[in-house]
Amino acid sequence: MTAVEIAAAVRSGQRSARSVVDEHLDVIAGGDADIHAFNLVAADQARARADEIDGAVAAGSDPGPLAGVPVALKDNLCTRGLATTCSSRILEDWAPPYDASVVEQLHNAGAVVVGKTNMDEFAMGSSTENSAFGPTCNPCDTSRVPGGSSGGSAAAVAAGFAPVALGSDTGGSIRQPAALCGVVGVKPTYGLVSRYGLVAFASSLDQIGPFTTTVADAAAVLDVISGPDARDSTSISEPQPPVSHTLADGIDGLRVGVLTELSGNGIAPDVAAQLQAAVRALESAGASVAEASAPAAVYGLSAYYLIAPAEASSNLARYDGVRYGLRVDGPSTPDMNTATRSAGFGDEVKRRIMIGTYALSAGYYDAYYGKAQKVRTLIINDFASVWERFDLLVSPTSPTTAFPLGERTADPMAMYMSDVCTVPVNLTGQAAMSVPYGVGDDGLPVGVQIMAPALGEPVMFRAAAVLEASL
Amino acid sequence: MGQQRITRAECAHVAALARLELTDEELDRFTGQLDELLDHVAEVEALDLEALPPTMHALPIANLLRPDTPGEVLDRDEVLAQAPFAEDGQFRVPPVLGEAP
Repeated sequence: MTAVEIAAAVRSGQRSARSVVDEHLDVIAGGDADIHAFNLVAADQARARADEIDGAVAAGSDPGPLAGVPVALKDNLCTRGLATTCSSRILEDWAPPYDASVVEQLHNAGAVVVGKTNMDEFAMGSSTENSAFGPTCNPCDTSRVPGGSSGGSAAAVAAGFAPVALGSDTGGSIRQPAALCGVVGVKPTYGLVSRYGLVAFASSLDQIGPFTTTVADAAAVLDVISGPDARDSTSISEPQPPVSHTLADGIDGLRVGVLTELSGNGIAPDVAAQLQAAVRALESAGASVAEASAPAAVYGLSAYYLIAPAEASSNLARYDGVRYGLRVDGPSTPDMNTATRSAGFGDEVKRRIMIGTYALSAGYYDAYYGKAQKVRTLIINDFASVWERFDLLVSPTSPTTAFPLGERTADPMAMYMSDVCTVPVNLTGQAAMSVPYGVGDDGLPVGVQIMAPALGEPVMFRAAAVLEASL
Repeated sequence: MGQQRITRAECAHVAALARLELTDEELDRFTGQLDELLDHVAEVEALDLEALPPTMHALPIANLLRPDTPGEVLDRDEVLAQAPFAEDGQFRVPPVLGEAP
């Protein structure tokens, strides 16, 4: 059952939230040993919450638009009293004293949190192999990666452990795993969803979004979690129209561009073939399609791998062994800080902190960080020109289908290249989503990325619905 | 690959700035990996960026102000319960300067 179907059945009293939750907990208990989507399954808490919702329905009140819907949360979303580890040793025993805004919003909409999902440590990675607690496997083929960094959330939805999961997307960490696992994944416009309670990686790029099996479910979840939040000073202060109501409006007359910089060089032929099939489907639905070019997009990866680590090196300075998380003792506080961070962070996190520290350090700031910020401007300007002629852009979400576990762990540059199609949109702050569109030569899912201007979610979702219906 | 962009000694210096202690093996490995990344991002050196302003945030964002009145705050005991070492309602750390008392 989809999230929309579950909520309708629970709200009307046709099904109990408890039976829905029990059923999903059984699937998790039977399957997660092979997948490792979850760091923590909160079975007792989920059952208690489901009973509350059933009580509300029995008493004649409406628990909300996601009544009884099981939700899995990426383990960098704060849950009060429930461990939030970021898949890092440094936060292994941390239980936050507050809920993230999105967790409150889901709760108020009647959703039921079933657990916390595995991820690349602090969201740094593209395969979920950088987890301190071991990798997650792709449910479509357990010898392959699920993508990352939100690989646990993508795998949880693909495996049927939960119809909805939340992830975070800093450079593609929702869209790329969604593509590799064959589910829908949305990176909303920067500022549309509150980041309060999302453990920060790169604050000017991070955005929370949903994983679901259908476009309508993703719209329903986005409508619940979007909106202004006084606790996030970067959240967009005007409420936006819901996306669910316009899903069926079609795309007749829309101008769609195939972004050449992200659709040619380095894209596997079987992935490119699926993109062409998607383009034909959009044309059949009445859209006009042409090639589009944002030349500076090719520099997205370079700008991203300076800006994101720079912001991360600053954000992760808070893990010092003083207020929460791991402490490894030392004779002085600086010694304790160093011992804690050296023991608590994994290799990829150390690498990114060092890149960022270097890019921000005296003598190198202008050459690296300052230059990357100007490249970001160049990319924003190029996209602004493209939006004068196009309503939407499409490209592959990932250059390849899911790659084998272990293939890229020893070669950080090869891993970073996995993000080439997804990072430009984080730099520009625009909306983007991945929609599953058939399979590659290996039988594994291919995702098509749809990109829209800032706050273009309604149009983006209409195109996603068209693609979904054309399969 | 062009000339070396970051040396082992620079790498060690950066690690110290970031309060990370690396083994010899880690230092060797990270120096090579950071050098490879810096070599890749050097592609932007060819761009003429002089006239462009830097972007800190993708969307125009103004300061958000609220009335300066006390609101909800976190419970002190709940917060301190998560500290590795707390005493008398405070975080406790080893000596920051000089000898232990």
